[in-house]
Amino acid sequence: MKRRSPMLMTIVAFGYALLYVPIVSVVIYSFNGSRLVTLWGGFSLRWYASLLADKDLLGAALLSLRIAIVSATFATALGAIVALALHRVNRLRGRLLLSGMITAPLVMPEIITGLSLLFLFISMADLIGWPASRGATTITIAHITFSMAYVVVVVRARLAAMDESLEEAAMDLGGRPVAVFFDITVPMLLPALVSGWLLSFTLSLDDLVISSFVSGPGATTLPMLIFAKVRLGVTPDINAITTIIIALVVIIVVAATIISGRRGPVAARPADAGGQ
Amino acid sequence: MSDGTTNDGGHSLRWLRRMVTLPYLWLLLFFLAPFLIILKISFADPIVAQPPFTALLEWGEQGFTGLKTTFENYAFLFQDGYYGIIYLASLKMAGIGTLLCLMLGYPMAYFIVRQPPRRRQILLLAVILPFWISFLLRVYAWIGLLNNRGLINNFLISIGVIDHPLTMLYNDFAVYLGIVYSYLPFMIMPLYANLERLDLDLLDAAADLGARRWQAFVDVTVPLSVPGIIGGCLLVFIPAVGEFTIPALLGGADTLMIGRVLWDEFFINRDWPVASAVSVVLVLLLVAPILWFQRLQRREQEAAP
Repeated sequence: MKRRSPMLMTIVAFGYALLYVPIVSVVIYSFNGSRLVTLWGGFSLRWYASLLADKDLLGAALLSLRIAIVSATFATALGAIVALALHRVNRLRGRLLLSGMITAPLVMPEIITGLSLLFLFISMADLIGWPASRGATTITIAHITFSMAYVVVVVRARLAAMDESLEEAAMDLGGRPVAVFFDITVPMLLPALVSGWLLSFTLSLDDLVISSFVSGPGATTLPMLIFAKVRLGVTPDINAITTIIIALVVIIVVAATIISGRRGPVAARPADAGGQ
Repeated sequence: MSDGTTNDGGHSLRWLRRMVTLPYLWLLLFFLAPFLIILKISFADPIVAQPPFTALLEWGEQGFTGLKTTFENYAFLFQDGYYGIIYLASLKMAGIGTLLCLMLGYPMAYFIVRQPPRRRQILLLAVILPFWISFLLRVYAWIGLLNNRGLINNFLISIGVIDHPLTMLYNDFAVYLGIVYSYLPFMIMPLYANLERLDLDLLDAAADLGARRWQAFVDVTVPLSVPGIIGGCLLVFIPAVGEFTIPALLGGADTLMIGRVLWDEFFINRDWPVASAVSVVLVLLLVAPILWFQRLQRREQEAAP
């Protein structure tokens, strides 16, 4: 059974190296004392110190975090409702339109989503005077819209695998629908809700293209700031930011995996992509 | 939404029906309406104003008086060969990137499936993990590696393979590398899911019956994994066509990809009607692969136990 072809092993090793070498190199060079990014100037934390002194950067990071938390929360709530309705309600009015609108953002090029939302906000401002200016609010709305689609995929996968007899039993025993929903359905869906929230959170925190379109003067998110800096090449303080983000992600993912068991949130991300 | 007195599960679903109105309206307003607006603007004339395009619908005292459209933006796209070249170049870049991704992803998926369950889990997790780290920052990481004075060139020079640094950054090579690197997990996951369902014993039987290993692979494994191959390729190809970040950070000035051109058209040239027309054509180009992918997914779902 286990034949090992040297060629296969080489390709696989190359593939994993491709996935990890860039990340590892950035982490190592974030501790580089030299300003020249490619020369090793000894271990140093100077880039981390310079991050703390960078007010623009801290502001952008805080703004991004705020947007990510709010949009992930709304996206999870709205997405869960859509997933439940598509899964449970047989004769849903406009089901086709709803399921079309909720899958389309997954495949729509970001640049078009961004452009079209900007046009909407401009038209709305023209028509009803809201939003008067673009910024954190419009970015949050945009992020809720595309994150919802991912939440629906994750929650639907969970619903498909879920045993509904417990809810039926509770209902038969006279439980009120709302009580049954919060006492039984929500706890059973919790792993998917956590996955969906984390997925939305990371997508929001990472979004450059859509935010760039729907943002206005004064609202610069972290990816927008990073993009402006790295367009000019490698800058050591970005290495430090990357390392901090990697550390946070690893902690969150590991914790979430432990909490929610084997089929944790880590497994959910390719599920949305692979549609399996 | 009507109230759910008709059937399906009785009163318990009534409030779900009501609740779903909220996300429904949300999507109508923030997903469908924007798209209709972009369609509308693509038929408008550019003017020097805010917003910089003419109104499409004219409202008189008796209400709606006429529809003002111009096909000029589209005519411009097709007459001016520039955009045709860019669309073709984007399709080519995405296509080649997808093939390279398949050439790397297929052996990896094949290898992972053949491992014992525990190791399989770990290897799969290792494929997915980078995905949780910012896409932008992962693309950025390549700048430091591919630079003329970057890690790869320094390494190659130090071991004496080359004298002069290779130009690996700000060209098409870097963009292909970026596509393969960024979308590799999208390729591996559907391939893995497909290969996992195949009966590997069948393949071993073919080998036992005297088929050479390579021949058994080509005659048996590859044909059986076609759905996984198509699924993975579409998952890479569809987002790669409209990709912005990778060509913007790793591509050269002559790397033409539609996502980047659209960005410039909008932010630099500020020609919104043309940018809208470019978007509409891009969506039309992607409709076929998207529908193909959805059909594939439906069939997979029906086939799954």
